[in-house]
Amino acid sequence: MTPAKDGLRVARAGPLALLQDAGRFGVRRLGVTQGGPVDLHGWAWANHLVGNAWGTPALEVTFGGLELVAERDLVLAVAGANLFATLEGEPLAGWRSLSVKAGQRLAFGAPVNGLRAYLAVAGGFAAEPVLGSVACVVREGLGGHDGKGHRLAEGDTLQVTPCRTSAGSEAPREARVDYRGPAELALLPGAQISEFSGASLFRAFNADWRVDDRADRMGVRLTGPRLQCRMTSMISEGIGLGAVQVPPDGQPIALLNDRQTIGGYPRLGALTPLACSRLAQCLPGQEVRLKAVSTEQALAAYRRFRAGFA
Amino acid sequence: MSGRFPQGLPRLEPAGLDGWMVRLFDAIDEGNMPWLTALVRECETAFGDRLVDLVPSYTTLLVVFDPLRLSAGEARKQLVELLQRLQPDEEAADAPVKELPVWYDASVGPELSRLAELAGMSLDEVVACHSERSYRVFALGFAPGFAFMGSVDPRIEAPRLDTPRRRVPAGSVAVAGRQTAAYPTVTPGGWNLIGRTPAVLFDRDREGFSLLQVGDRVRFVPIERNEFERLGGDTRAMEEGS
Repeated sequence: MTPAKDGLRVARAGPLALLQDAGRFGVRRLGVTQGGPVDLHGWAWANHLVGNAWGTPALEVTFGGLELVAERDLVLAVAGANLFATLEGEPLAGWRSLSVKAGQRLAFGAPVNGLRAYLAVAGGFAAEPVLGSVACVVREGLGGHDGKGHRLAEGDTLQVTPCRTSAGSEAPREARVDYRGPAELALLPGAQISEFSGASLFRAFNADWRVDDRADRMGVRLTGPRLQCRMTSMISEGIGLGAVQVPPDGQPIALLNDRQTIGGYPRLGALTPLACSRLAQCLPGQEVRLKAVSTEQALAAYRRFRAGFA
Repeated sequence: MSGRFPQGLPRLEPAGLDGWMVRLFDAIDEGNMPWLTALVRECETAFGDRLVDLVPSYTTLLVVFDPLRLSAGEARKQLVELLQRLQPDEEAADAPVKELPVWYDASVGPELSRLAELAGMSLDEVVACHSERSYRVFALGFAPGFAFMGSVDPRIEAPRLDTPRRRVPAGSVAVAGRQTAAYPTVTPGGWNLIGRTPAVLFDRDREGFSLLQVGDRVRFVPIERNEFERLGGDTRAMEEGS
């Protein structure tokens, strides 16, 4: 097969770059996880800046190290983390769309602010959906640029759907998140909340939690005071995005997009989708706090967020 | 509400801004499943394209809806209405038994002898004990197409391995506690392996993708090595295959 020449070629792979659409839905009952961007906010903005519709596949670049060469003229945008991206060696501005000429080299360095950058191209990356989605889940071998759940490797080519879009769109200041400070994560209390001791509940919502280095697209472990729950295990049941489960060691784990579909630990509740996005940009060692919110507050915030991305 | 639910059930529990956990029962039982599959079907009809996902599992159903088109309150109202007229899925109760051929052999089932030892049985008796009854699929999870089935005869129940294997070969048939399963793909795993099936459990190109679905009845059928090979089974022993 002759390699396609109509997109971006991977000159250097870096640790982890995955193609993600909004996620794989409707098949969770088969044990198939959700996938999709762990920072929905950054992913949505990258797509929006180049005029793509909600759900268009974009690249999630974790930590950096990726180098891409444009094989034709493109309009692209980088949003989410600042991974010290450069274009032909010059710093590339995030949160805005820009034109790239065929032959130019786009490189991601290392985290400056946040952990995951999102690269969208006008027209969108083209890939064959698997089980209805392009979302790349390495563990399941599903989706991504090759349909087999592989991370990008040197020599891969990313196909781009042709499209006429002009550069120059910019995200408003309030959309550009500074990921460096302590994060406040909105949590919707769940059904087992009353099973935790009063002192544990106080700690859960008042302690500074540290993001552990055991953190990936499945979940993020938080370390801090030990939480005690009267229940130690439950019959396995479906787990929603952002569920904060507390295993017997008392250290909570926030479950993200690639979590297993069912599980049996009691839960404090669920982080809101935007809190998941924020947590996904935290580096190990960063501090976070949990803040209980009402369903109404969370729904209003989510609907406001989505309203910008028709 | 039908008197067949334990007192105080079903309950609706909050599960994030886009979900409700419907708790139908409080204990694992084969008899739960016709209720769960009925509720799955009713939700599909009632929610239509406002439904994002359904995750039935043992005693519960997680209902995930589109929060742009439905609030938690609206979804709850819909679910309460459904539950008030829910009837068990009689069809599921009498669903045909799906048969999974299994080559029970120590080379592909290294814990066959462990189960025999724990039960004080011969290897053949363990095989007979595992294959003579039909099982019910309680949930799918852990990996695509991985079906948790029960319940195995208490004589051959066995705890998980102290140290999980890094790579369990695809098709491995296994027992843990009173549950049994077959591994669809190579994954880590700590269950007791007793044999291997040549059946393809998960196929992205097949309609429905997963051979087994929640609520299915399943029976394991012992086959000989030559039949296993004829059906495309991988005869490599653990050391080579894992």
